[in-house]
Parts: sequence; structure tokens; C-alpha cells
Amino acid sequence: MKHYSAFAVAREALRYHTGWERAWRSPEPKKRYDVIIIGAGGHGLATAYYLGKNYGIQNVAVIEKGWLGGGNTGRNTTIIRSNYLQDPSAAIYEKARGLYEDLSQDLNYNIMFSPRGVIMLAQTQHEIRGYQRTAHANALQGVKTEWIGPERVKELVPIINLDGPRYPVLGGLWQERGGTARHDAVAWGYARACSAMGMDIIQQCEVTGVRSQDGRVVGVDTTKGAIDCDKLGIVVAGHSGQLAEMAGFRLPLEAVALQALVSEPIKPCMDVVVMANTVHGYMSQSDKGEMVIGGGTDGFNNFTQRGSFHHIEETVRALVETFPMISRLKMLRQWGGIVDMTGDRSPILSKTPLGGCFINCGWGTGGFKAIPGSGWGMAQLMATGHSPLTEAFSLDRFKEGRFIDESVAAGVAH
Amino acid sequence: MLILNCPYCGVDAEETELAAGGEAHLKRFGPGSSDDEFHDYLFMRENPKGVHFERWRHANGCGKWFHAARCTNTLEVFGTYTAQTSEPPQDIKDAIAAKRPGWTWREFS
Repeated sequence: MKHYSAFAVAREALRYHTGWERAWRSPEPKKRYDVIIIGAGGHGLATAYYLGKNYGIQNVAVIEKGWLGGGNTGRNTTIIRSNYLQDPSAAIYEKARGLYEDLSQDLNYNIMFSPRGVIMLAQTQHEIRGYQRTAHANALQGVKTEWIGPERVKELVPIINLDGPRYPVLGGLWQERGGTARHDAVAWGYARACSAMGMDIIQQCEVTGVRSQDGRVVGVDTTKGAIDCDKLGIVVAGHSGQLAEMAGFRLPLEAVALQALVSEPIKPCMDVVVMANTVHGYMSQSDKGEMVIGGGTDGFNNFTQRGSFHHIEETVRALVETFPMISRLKMLRQWGGIVDMTGDRSPILSKTPLGGCFINCGWGTGGFKAIPGSGWGMAQLMATGHSPLTEAFSLDRFKEGRFIDESVAAGVAH
Repeated sequence: MLILNCPYCGVDAEETELAAGGEAHLKRFGPGSSDDEFHDYLFMRENPKGVHFERWRHANGCGKWFHAARCTNTLEVFGTYTAQTSEPPQDIKDAIAAKRPGWTWREFS
């Protein structure tokens, strides 16, 4: 792998950019790997990367049905924050946020991490109490957040309307080092670094079966033939249930569609991320100038990557009240992703009933922000059999009643 | 937009008129049941990519609960039927079989 640097740009400029090489190889699968990861999204690639970097396990394949980063990694609204109420959540999301801080340097790939700050608006009395509680919890967890009043919100977001008739802005939970990153670049950066370590990223290769012997995984069947492995990681978001079925166990998940949309590009007008959970809407401005808007989920199971239009209507209607200046913006694109929701709205990172098989799923509506922390913890779990980051997120927590209940803590959007 | 026919009032109701009620035909487990049974009842949903049975409520209409048979992969609706039953009626099963030969869902097929 050639190192990216200012010098490299200058060198290539002098020779008509003929010296750039492909960022990652596209090999045919080998017969056997130490570890196979199913799913080349952010979480799967990050898991492979930290397996190699932290544990020296480099005989790894990442198998992807579609194309690299083409699932929810390329469909989210790129928000990064760690202001969660429950301790296990704060730990893994803050680990991820911390890793995002110097991920560009670590991967030698510009993921455009922009710690511009995230405000979660309080628009009801209930939310004021909830966010003040979260701010206190975050102080104990070592996550830097603060409760701010409406005047400070207005200072940070001049385009906001504080005294909307339905949804007044009463304050907010402010995380100064939250922000955004370029979602595709996170997947591409991890993929390039994995490929440089000799790992194989095999795209356009669908897993059709999981092979096991004496209660242990021994390989997978794919559209490119059978591949053997010692350990298997299933990291596929929306289709986790289908993969688990192949591996002979079930998951407490339901798949629903979550939608987002972007406007036409406009001049810079908002340099923080604003989330409004009461109205199921959040908004930030991309570097291209588009207003990136995330909405709510449908209430029913759906695998189509298309959501119901009325959710977009509701989100935009509420956001127009809070941000009157967006009322005449044209919306350019709208899309949906299939998110896998658990009963307590927290993810599952766990061993499974099948020996040597691990699962990372259930990130629901908020997986992007967790990618580095999730990969870090998952790699530790797969390499050593135990990780303090993932311990609380085990599959058996539902049976044991150890919920990590972020649905009551955060309302809706994660 | 999803449109379901309410089997009680006969109206073709759009999604905004309806409230989704989750998976249908759950067998309830309570005190005296095993941990596994209670866990499965509370958390283990079928979540199929394909034929699915759900509860819906005609919330902004007649207010009645009813059942719907739907495909989660295509959003196709196979039919709706009364809530006063613990399994899908034969005509709904036949309607599904006509479109999805060999379908199964839990113990039904």
C-alpha cells in the first residue's frame, strides 16, 4: 500500500496522477481463513482491522453480498456522539468517538471527522429532565457533555426558531466533541487498511449457508464456493436474522426501514448537528452544503429499503417549524435502510450458541457512530473470548433481564 | 403507501389511518412458564423476509383490531381478516399459496 501524504499528491501531480494504485485488492477467495467476517460494512471491516492490528490475526476474509459499504454504512446521516444514559452504552460509544478523533491518521485515509458539536434539543419538560439526567450520568462516565439553555442554543444555531407554537426549544444536551464524518470514507479507509494487512475483501459474494461440525463452525457456503474458517463473525445489520437461521439459532430482532433525505446544497448556515427527538428529526449540513435530514422508522417489518412517505412528511413538517428558513428548500434525494431493532434498542455483540461463531447486530437506528468502538470490542471478543466493551451486550441479556434500555433513556432517535 | 382493507368496516385504509400492532398470533406465556418460553414470548419475533402475519388497528377509523397477511420483502398484501381467531383462515392461506407456493410461517403453511 502506498502511503497517502501531501508529498504523494505533489509527486502524482507531476506525473499526471498515473501512479495511484487501487485502494484495496479484489481477490478470489482462498480455501481457508482463520477468521471470516460476513458483511463488509463499517462494523465488519472495523472488526477485521482491529483483529489484525490489535491481535495479529491477519488471515482474514471479509465477505460481502453487495459492494463494500453499500448497506447502512452508506445510508446513514453520519452523526457521531456518545451522550448515552446507560454505562455500557456510554463506554462503547465514547470508545468509538475517541477512536474517530484520530482515525484518519491511524488509517492514513481522510475520513473527514468533523467534531463540530451535537445538540439534542429539549422541546418538552420531560426532555429537559431527561437530558439533565443524561448530562449528570455522562459526567460520571467521563463523557464530556453539558446541559445548555435556549440562549446558548440560539448562539450555536442562529437559524433556529426558539418559540415555535408546537415545539418550543427549551434547552439542549450539548456534546462539543460530537460531530460527523464521511461515512463512505470510514468503510473505504478500513477496507484499504485491511487489504494492506493481506486480508481478502470479497465483494459480490453471498453467504448461502453456515457449515458446522460437533457444535462448532467450520466454514461457510457462498456463491463463490465453500470457504473454511476457524471463527466466524456475522456483522450484517438488517439481514442478521437470516444469517443466524443459517447458523442454527434465532435472534431477538425485528427489521424495519429508517429513512433519510438531503436538500439541494446551500451556503453554510449551520455548523453543528441538531437532533430533535420529540419530532423524530435531526439535521446537519454536509460539506457540500446539503442539509442532511434523518427521520423516524416505520412501525412494521420491512426489508425493502423503502420507507413510508408520511414519515418524511412528519419529520420535515416539524423541522420547518424549528428551522423556518428551510421551508423553501428542495429535497434532492430520499432513501431508506433496513435496521435491526432489539427489544431494548441496544446492540448485540456476543458469542452465539454455535461454537466459534460470533454476532454483531441490533445497532438499530444508530450504528454509524459506533463503528470503531464496535470493531475494537468485537475483535477483542473474537480473539480472546472476552471484552469488557461488549460484555453487557451479550445475547443472553434478554433472558436474564439485564436490559441496556436506551429506548426509555433517549426517546427515539439514536 | 401501505393500504389495508379493514375487515370490520370495509374501508380501504391508508397507512396514516392505521396503527401497526406487531406480530400476530402470539401465544402468551406468564407466571408458571419456563424462562425460555417467557423469553421467546417477549422478544423472539419471526421477523421473516417474506410472508408475515401482523396485527393492525384501524385507529383513525372504526377503531377495531384486525390481522393482515403481508410480504415484508415486496410490501404485497395477501389479505386481512378478523382479530377473533388464533390462526389465519383457510382463504388467506390459499391466497398466499397462490402467490408464494410452499410458504411457511411458524407452524402454519
